[in-house]
Amino acid sequence: MELSAAFWIILTGSLVAASCGILGSFLVLRKMSLIGDAISHSVLPGIAIAFIISASRDVLPMIIGASAFGLLTVFLIEILNKKWRVQEDASIGIIYTALFAIGVILISMMAGHIDLDQECVLYGEIAYTPWDIVIINGAEWGPRPVWFIGTVFIINILFIRTFYKEMVISSFDPALAMSLGFNVSLLHYLFMGMVSLTTVASFESVGAILVVAMLIVPGATAYLWTNRLPVMLILSVIFGILSSVFGYLLATYWESSIAGAMTVAAGILFLVSILLAPQYGLLGKFYNHLKLSVSFASDHLLLLLYRQLEREPQTLVIPGAVYQSTSTGRLPTLLALMKNRRDGRISKRKKHLYLTDSGKEMAHQLIQRHRLWERFASRELGLPDDEHVHESAHRMEHFIDENITEELYQVVNNEKSSKSKAKDKYEKK
Amino acid sequence: MNSGTNNNIPIEIHDMTVAYHKKPVLWDIDVTAPEGKLIGIIGPNGAGKSTLVKAVLDLIPKASGWVKIYGQPYTDMRSLVGYVPQKESVDWDFPVNVRDVVLMGLYGQLGWFKRPKKQHIKSAEDSLKQVDMEDYADRQISQLSGGQQQRVFLARALAQDAQIYLMDEPFAGVDAATENAIIKLLSNLREKGKTVLVVHHDLSTIPKYFDWLMMLNMRIIAAGPVKEVFTTENLRRTYGGKLTVLTEAADKISQAGSVHK
Repeated sequence: MELSAAFWIILTGSLVAASCGILGSFLVLRKMSLIGDAISHSVLPGIAIAFIISASRDVLPMIIGASAFGLLTVFLIEILNKKWRVQEDASIGIIYTALFAIGVILISMMAGHIDLDQECVLYGEIAYTPWDIVIINGAEWGPRPVWFIGTVFIINILFIRTFYKEMVISSFDPALAMSLGFNVSLLHYLFMGMVSLTTVASFESVGAILVVAMLIVPGATAYLWTNRLPVMLILSVIFGILSSVFGYLLATYWESSIAGAMTVAAGILFLVSILLAPQYGLLGKFYNHLKLSVSFASDHLLLLLYRQLEREPQTLVIPGAVYQSTSTGRLPTLLALMKNRRDGRISKRKKHLYLTDSGKEMAHQLIQRHRLWERFASRELGLPDDEHVHESAHRMEHFIDENITEELYQVVNNEKSSKSKAKDKYEKK
Repeated sequence: MNSGTNNNIPIEIHDMTVAYHKKPVLWDIDVTAPEGKLIGIIGPNGAGKSTLVKAVLDLIPKASGWVKIYGQPYTDMRSLVGYVPQKESVDWDFPVNVRDVVLMGLYGQLGWFKRPKKQHIKSAEDSLKQVDMEDYADRQISQLSGGQQQRVFLARALAQDAQIYLMDEPFAGVDAATENAIIKLLSNLREKGKTVLVVHHDLSTIPKYFDWLMMLNMRIIAAGPVKEVFTTENLRRTYGGKLTVLTEAADKISQAGSVHK
């Protein structure tokens, strides 16, 4: 029994997180996370009214009530923003707090009459999921919340599959979508309807506050890992499921709120992603930064050895001297030295460093680029012929690839550059 | 100008006024674009160049007047019109690649629900070839330079295979290679008899790039062949000083809260 209870809770949590994750990915991309936040709160009066009218926890009145209020929220925010020119974030803040407050008042007025309290609304009751069983003709058909959120999950998948192309174009370039004849605002309201529906289904499990986290965190986490939209959607589902599983384990360990722990787990996954994600993560950024530093250090190293060779061919350079005379730090210099030795540009004999022929060639090219930039800086950028051009060239020499070299050649070797020609022309006028 | 329709005219704008928050930004625009020409739209900042393009495409409501595309309303003729928005109008960090963006040009032909097939992918790649970007099909759009972004937008419009193209500042902030690619593309389009309207900023290149010109500053100052209308006098009227009368009138209307019909 204990095990199957755990199973139902984790399944419910996963379905909530996955449903919210898919829609949340699009909310994040459409820069509408706050709208998701707003809807997840402002459906409350809809749910309360449905409760009062139907006097039951039937799903259908709840969906109708919540969807109506979800769409009303979006509509009112738009009216405030477009017609009355209230800032969009202010409009969102005004509308959703007002509607949520109405919901809270309705529920507190009805307290005692209906089976719904503020506690449940705010924090959900996922822990009771296994005991809220659907019974048809005396047979048990599993927990009601699982059926509800499971159905919504499938509807979400079908929605995104059906309108994938339309969602992509209207999120990326709504003006183009409109000019091609797609009804962008209809799709917008359909999508908002889906967010409302998903919110209601998630509501009783994880509560109003945590729905927000589920709508935004898995999608935002997935966005850190990829720049392919289909991958992002799949990852958001996976992160949702992981949050649910880890969250449940954390909650059992801490003996705490399950929904709260699931949200904390989602937050932890986000933090881990910030650290580890390949392109946008800190580790990835650190790696890229190090790679750049190594390439700087490598340039410095080659130049140092080359200049030494030009000035005093007899002087020997020991590795220790290299660390002191380059400005890029010890680790990048060490890595640059290893790389250049491996590539056969620098050789080491009797503890002293030498440039090989290919190393000399490389250093020669670097110096040429440096001088080319100095000439360019002095003639085209109008820098004075002293430290200024040297410093500028010192910074730029690392970035000058073959294409730029070619262009610099053309500019510097022509009598006049296109820029100064244009200037002459302008002055003549 | 008579108010009847003419089926040989790619774009006919009749007495069109456009307002933002009830404040008119374009006044009584009455102009036609001739077929098969490269047409520049110039004017100072805030002259309403982008607004004109968007109003033609039915993206923003008109306070009065109408636009016809080959004698029909835009909504019936949208398959004949290709649009290149300003490249700053979209989020280039959006998680799609170059091919995906160019395919969007074909979504109009596909209509709702249908997915792109092999022939669509091929035609997207052909369009990329026309702007020398065929090697970038799998590249994420976040990794493109400004010029490459612009070329992707042009390829997307080419994929639409339209008769009329409306381009909003395609030359803004692009490198020399892209500028040349756009010029080549424009002359290809002209050879095929397409009509192209280009919002443009650089006055010095107008005689070189365009056959025809619309000079705009809240109203049409002059429209016609470049040789005839690109004169110092017209430039002075387009760019010289503010049009105080229209600006004041627009403020009055916006305060009164309604636009006469």
